[in-house]
Amino acid sequence: MKRHLPRLARIAGHAGLRALPTAIGIVILGFFLLQQAPGDAVDVLSGESGGLSTEAAAALRHHAGLDQPVLSQLAAYLTGLAHGDLGWSARFNVPVTSLILQRLPGSLLLSGTALVVSVLAGAALGALMAAREGSWADRGLSVAALLFYSLPSFWISLMLIVVFSIHLGWLPSGGSQTIGGPEGGLAGLLDHARYMVLPVTSLSLFYIAIYARLVRVAMIEARAQDYVRTARAKGLSESRILIRHILRNALLPLTTVAGMHLGGMLGGGVVVETVYGWPGLGRLAYESVIGRDFRVLLGILLLSSLLVIVANALVDILQGLLDPRVGVSHAA
Amino acid sequence: MPPKAIFAAPGDHHTPPPPETRPLAAFRIEDTVSAPTASRNGVVSALRRHPPALIGVAILAGVTLLALLSPLLFPGDPLAITGEPFLWPFASLAHPLGTDSLGRDILAGVAHGARVSLRIGLSATALGLVLGVAAGALAGYKGGWTDAAISRLIEIFQTVPSFVLLVVLVAITQPSAGTLSAAIAIVTWPTVARLARAEFRSLREKDFVLAARSLGYSHTRIIIHEILPNALPPIVVTASVMVASAILMESALSFMGLGDPNVVSWGSMIGQGREYLRSAWYISALPGLAIMLTVLALNLIGDALNEALNPRKRGGRA
Repeated sequence: MKRHLPRLARIAGHAGLRALPTAIGIVILGFFLLQQAPGDAVDVLSGESGGLSTEAAAALRHHAGLDQPVLSQLAAYLTGLAHGDLGWSARFNVPVTSLILQRLPGSLLLSGTALVVSVLAGAALGALMAAREGSWADRGLSVAALLFYSLPSFWISLMLIVVFSIHLGWLPSGGSQTIGGPEGGLAGLLDHARYMVLPVTSLSLFYIAIYARLVRVAMIEARAQDYVRTARAKGLSESRILIRHILRNALLPLTTVAGMHLGGMLGGGVVVETVYGWPGLGRLAYESVIGRDFRVLLGILLLSSLLVIVANALVDILQGLLDPRVGVSHAA
Repeated sequence: MPPKAIFAAPGDHHTPPPPETRPLAAFRIEDTVSAPTASRNGVVSALRRHPPALIGVAILAGVTLLALLSPLLFPGDPLAITGEPFLWPFASLAHPLGTDSLGRDILAGVAHGARVSLRIGLSATALGLVLGVAAGALAGYKGGWTDAAISRLIEIFQTVPSFVLLVVLVAITQPSAGTLSAAIAIVTWPTVARLARAEFRSLREKDFVLAARSLGYSHTRIIIHEILPNALPPIVVTASVMVASAILMESALSFMGLGDPNVVSWGSMIGQGREYLRSAWYISALPGLAIMLTVLALNLIGDALNEALNPRKRGGRA
């Protein structure tokens, strides 16, 4: 364990060094992308309120810093960013940072739960399919995986609502908790969980399908390796071989893709959160596109990219723990 | 960039893909080590031996035919009102799949939607392939600073959650078939670029490239005529998956009302049916089945291509 530490520290340092220029690149890319947008939030407000006077519009633009030259807007943006300030939302009339931070827990809860559910269910199904390779169970699950891999998440969401909310009436079709329902405590938690079942399922099915296929192939491949034959020749028990030798190696590709899928989940959240009216970053992204509030949109883009960077670094470290070869050659 | 020699050992099957090369479809294209190009006959016969792929080809042919024939089968604007609203499927001969909340024929919508989906799927993929292969080829062949700069750009684009980036791109442009395809291509090119880069990196060291260079061939000629044909197999596999994901992305955008408002698309039909889930769920369900069939067909074909072109599974690799 002692020899693990410097290696893990090196991996973490490496990941951090690699992430920094990427993060800066994303900020600049995002900023210039949104400069290309036609019209700003003040235009939308003016349209909605039946027309603002030129002076009022100018005052609003000045307030939001929209009347400055592009480069000084970028400079102001970067300075603000260094202080954790993402600017002022002209649309919602609150600081972008507080708007986003208010929605962040909802998104993290949804995509985090979906990721855990997908990995567990995917690994279990994949292991089952590999164990019964070629059987009817394997074939049936393979077909099911292919089907769910081909379905758009928003359509799954709607059909789940039709079945479980409208016809069976078992689960709520939207929102995040019962209005006037139990607050806090176990009852509140259960109430919250009921609202999560359908969104999490809609978001997970696609990834469960991916992971099941991935783990199936990885396990079939791993158990044909020489070290498995060696382990068997040593007289290790089958369960020990399965867990220590086959599963551990089969999980490596799973950690790689699962880490990079966090971004996919946050992106998929845009659609799923919009369908279920779940208060997260995804729905906020949708609302800010409709309201043409590009500062909020940029903030969401940056924050979700940051989450992906953190997830990638965590995956690098996790792989260092799972695979003793990772990071050894870095010193050279 | 640190050398990751430990991963490069050929035949080392249980190593995971290195963190730098994480293609979106990593679970299918784990093995990016190149092989001599599979002959076209090999691909065709492999598809023939693979029944699910035949089903995929049949479904895709059907959808393509429907898309091509839709102006003949359903002349006139599919957005026009042609009957009474909320007719259920199979209730009327004039509207076999029923009508939506305004009385528009759903079958006509699905047929015309096939045109939109296939067109955007194909054009976005073509654009993404051109961008990605060009960038990846340049990075992999040139190496050095070019490689470092392009790899950095790839990493930036792969870090940003792609659907969020897609929403941003669509928000700043006027949605049309062209801008939607371009936006999807901008989101998907890094996958191809990463793959092409790995292929070009390993192929440029091969003897036949050295031979071509010593014959005095230009870099362009070596890249296009010598390396590219050999780098194609994994890229072809990715292309079929890219068409599928482009169709899914377009449908998600139009579902949320961010697509082209002037054409009927599967996603927008589902989005409009959403209001009437309680009483008329078929309005949303039917276009979704069309998406599922098309994407499923492409995935089946992708799987078969992967098996046919993946040298490891064919077992004949030197």
